[in-house]
Amino acid sequence: MLHLEWAYAALALLLIGTAWLNLRQHHWAQAAFWAVLAALFASGNWVLRAQQSGDARPAQIAGIGVLALALLAPVMRRVDAGEAPPRLRQLRAGVLGHWLFMPALLIPGVTLLIALFGADLRWHGATLFVASQQTLMGLSVASLIALLAAWRLTRAPAGAVLHESRRLIDTLGWAALLPLVLAALGGVFEAAGVGRVLATLVGDVIPTASFAACVLAYGLGMVVFTLIMGNAFAAFPVLTAGVGLPLLVRLHGADPAVVGSLGMLCGYCGTLLTPMAANFNIVPVALLELKSPWSVIRAQWPTALPLLVFNLFALYLLAMR
Amino acid sequence: MNMWPLLGVALVVLGFARRWNPVLVVVSAGVLSGLLAGYSFAQILALLGNSFESSRALLLYVLTLPAIGLLERAGLREHAQHWIEHLHGLTLSRLLIGYLGLRQILSMLGLTNVAGQAQTVRPLLAPMAEAAATRESPGADAATAAQIREQARALAAATDNIGLFFGEDVFIALGAVLLIRGFYVSQGIDLQPLHIALWALPTAIAAFVIHAMRVQLATRAMARRARAAQTDDDHVAP
Repeated sequence: MLHLEWAYAALALLLIGTAWLNLRQHHWAQAAFWAVLAALFASGNWVLRAQQSGDARPAQIAGIGVLALALLAPVMRRVDAGEAPPRLRQLRAGVLGHWLFMPALLIPGVTLLIALFGADLRWHGATLFVASQQTLMGLSVASLIALLAAWRLTRAPAGAVLHESRRLIDTLGWAALLPLVLAALGGVFEAAGVGRVLATLVGDVIPTASFAACVLAYGLGMVVFTLIMGNAFAAFPVLTAGVGLPLLVRLHGADPAVVGSLGMLCGYCGTLLTPMAANFNIVPVALLELKSPWSVIRAQWPTALPLLVFNLFALYLLAMR
Repeated sequence: MNMWPLLGVALVVLGFARRWNPVLVVVSAGVLSGLLAGYSFAQILALLGNSFESSRALLLYVLTLPAIGLLERAGLREHAQHWIEHLHGLTLSRLLIGYLGLRQILSMLGLTNVAGQAQTVRPLLAPMAEAAATRESPGADAATAAQIREQARALAAATDNIGLFFGEDVFIALGAVLLIRGFYVSQGIDLQPLHIALWALPTAIAAFVIHAMRVQLATRAMARRARAAQTDDDHVAP
């Protein structure tokens, strides 16, 4: 059976290669950063297993690794890994033409096929994919197939594979790490009870007799929480337990399905507005080499705000049909 | 109730506002909130390490980069741009609105990882959007043209996010709907997943309509800006 752990091992190898190229060019901070990240990825399974069986020491070592990454991130400088000159790229594009799209489209295409039919694939009688990991595993397998196809198509030397991977990974830089440390922050916030405190504060200040006020408090609360936590999923249980369920559903008798669904969607409007949602709003800034870290959010807020107003009205009108 | 852990939230807001390195800010906020909540440093380390390792899937998209890097070396972006330049019917707004609809439908079917910022936006959508934007702003001076290309790339990234968010919520077997259902079950309320997903449909349609209109407006504004830059040039060099 194909396990996601293999994909993480492959990712660790890629990061080690990136660290090695940086080391050779004396970019010490970059090299150390990617090496520590590679170690964290390779050891993940071991850490999580030990934690489950009650041994916290590996998780503590991983925590030290996270601290090390946080200290290395500010010292990292932009590295110019050197891209093939534009003239050469245009020349090559002229030769390969539409064939260049083929490996690029293999990534979504193969992911799609595995997501749809992966559960039916068998190898010597055993299923090939764990159902819960099917799409992520599909993405990993698709990446490998696309790499082989691209390699075959472009006839690039083996060294170019590592060089190009490193170029893009260094383009991402520390932004790549942000989604993971934010997830870790969410874990700490939850353990520290940050959400419960905030929900109680919200519950204390609103006039609960007014249904409209409760809708506003819940919907806007979801937005504000998502702005802070960077993730509507983290905000949802806190706000729904603190405001949505006691006030909207129990006190005013609103439909819980409508409250849950539209509450989450209010949160999604918040996700479009916050740099804390790094994988959506900050990673693309690095990937697309945009100048301002706010570029993507600036392109999103004029859609997010009208949609939020729509969601609040829909919540008000549909929850009390 | 212990309010002190809220200082961690304040540190995050301050750090982002002052443009300190976000990774450092976020990790420091975690340590601070943990300490203020009464955890020992060793416990916080374990908490950080454990949550970090549990969310490794967030970085899986990096596996697509070797293939994309090789294709870029062979001129993928240049070819995508060249191709769009010759497809005169494919305007920037049609390209983005088409992508938005496709992304929403794929997400509604649960196929959220099929497209994405690394998988499809960087190698395909962004260069195509740039080429279409450039074609629609002829004669703009170099600085304006660069700004318009950058704006087109940002709009492409935004379109991918919006398509993902407001499609995913309608899919019944993963993510949001299961989280909502799981929460209610823990509170003693049993709901059908389909029932929850249904109420996300009006917002999915509204998201498509609003963002499609915005894309239209944004592309028109880009064209206006390009024309304005053109006339400015005429003033300088008659």
